[in-house]
Amino acid sequence: MRPLKLSWTAQALIALAGLLVLLIVIFTFERPPVRTAQVGYRGVAMEQLQNPRTARLIVARNQVPEALPAADPPTDDADKASAVYENVQVLGDLSNAQFLRLMQSMTEWVVPAAVREAGNGCNYCHNPENLASDEVYTKGVTRRMLQMTRTINADWSNHVAQTGVTCYTCHRGQAVPANVWANNAPNRAGLVGPHALGQNLATPQINYSSLPFDPFTPFLLNDQDIRNLSTTWHPGQNQDDVRISEWTYALMIHMSQGLGVNCTFCHNSRAFGSWEQSPPQRLTAWHGIRMARAINTDYITPLTPVFQANRLGHPENPNPLRVGPNGDPLKVNCATCHQGVNRPLLGAPMLREHPELNMVSRAPLRTSEAMPVNGATRN
Amino acid sequence: MTAFVTYQNIFTRIQVRPPETYPGVALPPGDAAREGGSRFVHLFGRLGDAQVGPIYLGLLGVTSIFFGTLAFLIIGLNMLASVQWDIFQFVRQLFWLALEPPPAHYGLQIPPLRDGGWWIWTGFFLTISILLWWARTYRRAIQLGMGTHVAWAFAAAIWLYLVLGFFRPLAMGSWSEAVPFGIFPHLDWTAAFSIRYGNLFYNPFHALSIVFLYGSTLLFAMHGATILALGRYGGERELELIADRGTAAERGALFWRWCMGFNASFESIHRWAWWFAVLCPLTGGIGILLTGTVVDNWYLWAVERNFAPAYPQLWAPIADPALVQGAPR
Repeated sequence: MRPLKLSWTAQALIALAGLLVLLIVIFTFERPPVRTAQVGYRGVAMEQLQNPRTARLIVARNQVPEALPAADPPTDDADKASAVYENVQVLGDLSNAQFLRLMQSMTEWVVPAAVREAGNGCNYCHNPENLASDEVYTKGVTRRMLQMTRTINADWSNHVAQTGVTCYTCHRGQAVPANVWANNAPNRAGLVGPHALGQNLATPQINYSSLPFDPFTPFLLNDQDIRNLSTTWHPGQNQDDVRISEWTYALMIHMSQGLGVNCTFCHNSRAFGSWEQSPPQRLTAWHGIRMARAINTDYITPLTPVFQANRLGHPENPNPLRVGPNGDPLKVNCATCHQGVNRPLLGAPMLREHPELNMVSRAPLRTSEAMPVNGATRN
Repeated sequence: MTAFVTYQNIFTRIQVRPPETYPGVALPPGDAAREGGSRFVHLFGRLGDAQVGPIYLGLLGVTSIFFGTLAFLIIGLNMLASVQWDIFQFVRQLFWLALEPPPAHYGLQIPPLRDGGWWIWTGFFLTISILLWWARTYRRAIQLGMGTHVAWAFAAAIWLYLVLGFFRPLAMGSWSEAVPFGIFPHLDWTAAFSIRYGNLFYNPFHALSIVFLYGSTLLFAMHGATILALGRYGGERELELIADRGTAAERGALFWRWCMGFNASFESIHRWAWWFAVLCPLTGGIGILLTGTVVDNWYLWAVERNFAPAYPQLWAPIADPALVQGAPR
């Protein structure tokens, strides 16, 4: 048999192909070590994975900014912000010192750094000529966001416990939180294809799977039934087909991605539906789904006209667009607060240092543009 | 013949090169002649036989390729349409794209083309193509005077294909139960299928199918390794050794008796392998066919039959919050 003699060109091509494979391997897979922590009974494969290298990066990403020196609560009515300033609608019960402290903190939490450093921090929400004026749209939005924060901390302790949330939990120094969603259904009208099924478009929210790419509209905006496992083995009682279960699957993939955990953080994967075998985190997550839905329906969606009127955003900070490609506002999902960590900001009790946020009034606003249609708080 | 034959190699070291390519045995009258020339390709010879051609397609082969190509093109064009005929996006998203079966509300009706109808016709054409190719494997075997073992093994795979795309949707009363044509979409469908029906892990036919799947690979490795290892004693002459056991057969048999107490014969090992391979899709198909039609939640089914064990709890049990009165949905 002739020995195989390859030309230089062929050898170079083989070397290039080998290099390509090597690059794909290096850039596709996570470099070890991956540490495994057992969280369930032995033999049921309930474990959480963590890479100390990425864990360090996560810690660095989730540092809480230093709080300003504490401010005293109001001593009498004359010290209240409502008495000191005009047109104070939600922060009227704060003392003047607390009011100014919260204004400064919010500037740091929400106003983009470039605007802040240019000395325009206050002007991001206020007309510098008349601070009481509501002409900058961000001021009206902020009122509703403050009321939302209060609602989360007061009514949703089954999800946020005593840790609570602040503006910084989501915003992290940006006007628009890094993880938001909007209806992203591409317009495929008139074409054949899976246009009606909402699948097969790789997006990061569903970890680049070909599952339904918008599980948020049905589950975190509308209240479609998430459950589709049968509670008996007898057939004929459950009309949900495999494709319907893919929607739930997509939502769960988002939660796994958004929280940086495996399925087994909340489920025993041998029986996903069984509450008896589920870790207690599943209960917290269950309330979290309802909380995200309540935020979207009660606080974000009612602001739709405001965001649509200001779709380019604040003149100082025009990117990103404040509405999605189909005109609906940018809404929250699990990743909005969690940002890849199972406890946002690694569980730092930031709210404790900002008692002002617990003094926000949830009474209806005098300026009506930002109120929900029904005005009801759902829990 | 001076070559010293060794088999301790990944690639085939021996390329038998007759003076000219072998045209094949004469076929019964009525069969068309094989077409095209034939030649040797060295690289093919490294993996298998170096000879390529002549080919014989015949009526069955040509019609099968026609319908297969038709199905392939319809799938591709539907994928292309779903990215607005953008070739760049088609290549970029190819693994994510699919031709999906119709929505559930059509049941077993034939929906409009753009709403899953293309899936129906593609499945129809692909099935015709596969069945014609099956007929071809059967007919070619007969014409060559062979047994029809290959055709029946192929039929086992076709059974699983038909269960997934035809028999089970028929039993469930909806085409939407079928598998999409797409690379990642069919994998996601598979994972969702298991979750929806309460974990296929507890489906005994799924378990059998896995036994035969892994068993096939094990038998394949054991058999291939045994024959290669016996090469220096002529072990590759398996057919002669069935009836007339030489030293190769004796050594191989002794090796396995020593290693696992029992050994196949040079004949029976091929029956083991054939049955393991064929039973993998046969049992798998039964498991799929029972899912949703007879058993809707395999985990609960297994609990009732006491073969899903209960494990101790490591945390205080939580109750389903939806059962609490007044809870949000």
